[in-house]
Amino acid sequence: MEYFLQQLINGLTLGAIYGLVALGYTMVYGVLGMINFAHGTIYMVGAFISLITFLVATTVLGTSVPLALVLTLFAAMGLTALWGWTAERVAYRPLRSAPRLAPLISAIGVSIMLQNFVAQAQGARAKPLPPVIKGGVTLMDSGDFVVSLSWMQIIIMAMTLALMAVFTWVITRTALGRAQRACEQDMKMASLLGIDVDRVISTTFVIGAGLAGVAGMMVTLYYGVIDFYIGFLAGIKAFTAAVLGGIGSLPGAMLGGLLIGLIEAFWSAYFSIEYKDVATFSILVAVLVFRPTGLLGQPDVEKI
Amino acid sequence: MLRIEGLQSGYGRIQALHGIDIAVTEGEIVALVGANGAGKTTLLMTICGNPRASAGKVWLAGEDITGLPTHHIMRRGLAHSPEGRRIFPRMSVLENLQMGAARGDPAHFAQDLERVLDLFPRLKERLAQRGGTLSGGEQQMLAIGRALMSRPKILLLDEPSLGLAPLVVRQIFEIVAEINREQGVTVFLVEQNAFHALKLAHRGYVMVNGKVTMSGSGAELLANEEIRAHYLGGGHG
Repeated sequence: MEYFLQQLINGLTLGAIYGLVALGYTMVYGVLGMINFAHGTIYMVGAFISLITFLVATTVLGTSVPLALVLTLFAAMGLTALWGWTAERVAYRPLRSAPRLAPLISAIGVSIMLQNFVAQAQGARAKPLPPVIKGGVTLMDSGDFVVSLSWMQIIIMAMTLALMAVFTWVITRTALGRAQRACEQDMKMASLLGIDVDRVISTTFVIGAGLAGVAGMMVTLYYGVIDFYIGFLAGIKAFTAAVLGGIGSLPGAMLGGLLIGLIEAFWSAYFSIEYKDVATFSILVAVLVFRPTGLLGQPDVEKI
Repeated sequence: MLRIEGLQSGYGRIQALHGIDIAVTEGEIVALVGANGAGKTTLLMTICGNPRASAGKVWLAGEDITGLPTHHIMRRGLAHSPEGRRIFPRMSVLENLQMGAARGDPAHFAQDLERVLDLFPRLKERLAQRGGTLSGGEQQMLAIGRALMSRPKILLLDEPSLGLAPLVVRQIFEIVAEINREQGVTVFLVEQNAFHALKLAHRGYVMVNGKVTMSGSGAELLANEEIRAHYLGGGHG
């Protein structure tokens, strides 16, 4: 029981991170029908920006840890968002009317370029960050097994919850969110109502990238080790989460993220940690074969 | 209000419009009738800048709007209720109307909403319902209502009667007349249902294969032998 509870906590933490990244995949897919394969890389870039900002803030500027964390958050979110905007402008927008495969290939190119840039600029070796936020609370202690919830896990879950709440509010309640959903459902009609579709698409990339940037920051603080390649696997897992939840569905991405995190944690705990990625990606295949619309996705029916 | 001169456009290499000249004066209802595939929808969409005109000019209230991006054109007092209605299916009726008001002044919203719901009381009962679950007639009302939310000077209407029961068609045409009469909205209407459209309109144009072949007052065109034979089929549409 204690063991189970601990895995639940670990799984939810991991799932929160996947969920944040999955939102970016599903948003871009919703509007453009395109899988942004460079999205996982943005998460990696967010991790590096966080590491650098945090180290510079604490050592060079000598700020306190809480202030450094706030600075890191803004840097990670802001710079990845800027990157999302730029990538869309440079690599995807010119291909808007090209065959659907073209932006996909362009995205893979952006991803490879970014990975190699980071590998060159920062070195290919793994970068450690000593634990910043230590300690936690002990939830249960049965003598031979201790269930603990670390402060970092609490921060990750609280942060994710807060971001998702704000995000949900923006999408469902504000004019910006309405325009975003309108473009997703019928881009041509949205433009006939005076909506600047290009701007909405830019915003979509900016929001998605910002969320992935925050996820990158949290993973840096949580695991304490990053390298230039972490974006690839995390990206495909978040993509799996988006597909599992129903690609295009925002609640689906959050749900899918949590489920993938839980599956990974429980599989590692009860079966085999070496095969955890096999388990995750088997789900991707199974979902694509048996329920391509995912858990919360809607089949595309149009009423004429 | 709306002046079109020598307008040409099409999709890819297929040219759909071969030099169209049309003028719509303020306060008028002008109908454009023609068979399926004549280029009527393309004309309305070209006015809105999508597809862009390959030649010719479009003036809206004295301003040349040819070649402007669609969302700029649509912010100049033009509203379009397009072919197939294009209701946002996964948005509520209210949200669809809010989208219609997206380019308007937020201060007018409550007033405009009331005005539109007075015109279409059916929508009032369905405000929270998803657009995709409405009947065809209700969707058409919503499409027109959404267009009116921006307080347009001129309303483009593409086939409002398509697929609707005759009773609903009559209702919708009555409302279009009312919008024109009481709110002073200029209407440029495209229809296959020539009988209803020409009866409603002050003036009309006939389009064949991307060209305007005839024009005149609604009554004149209705009385024209050729039109009777081709578009009215002797019946009442």
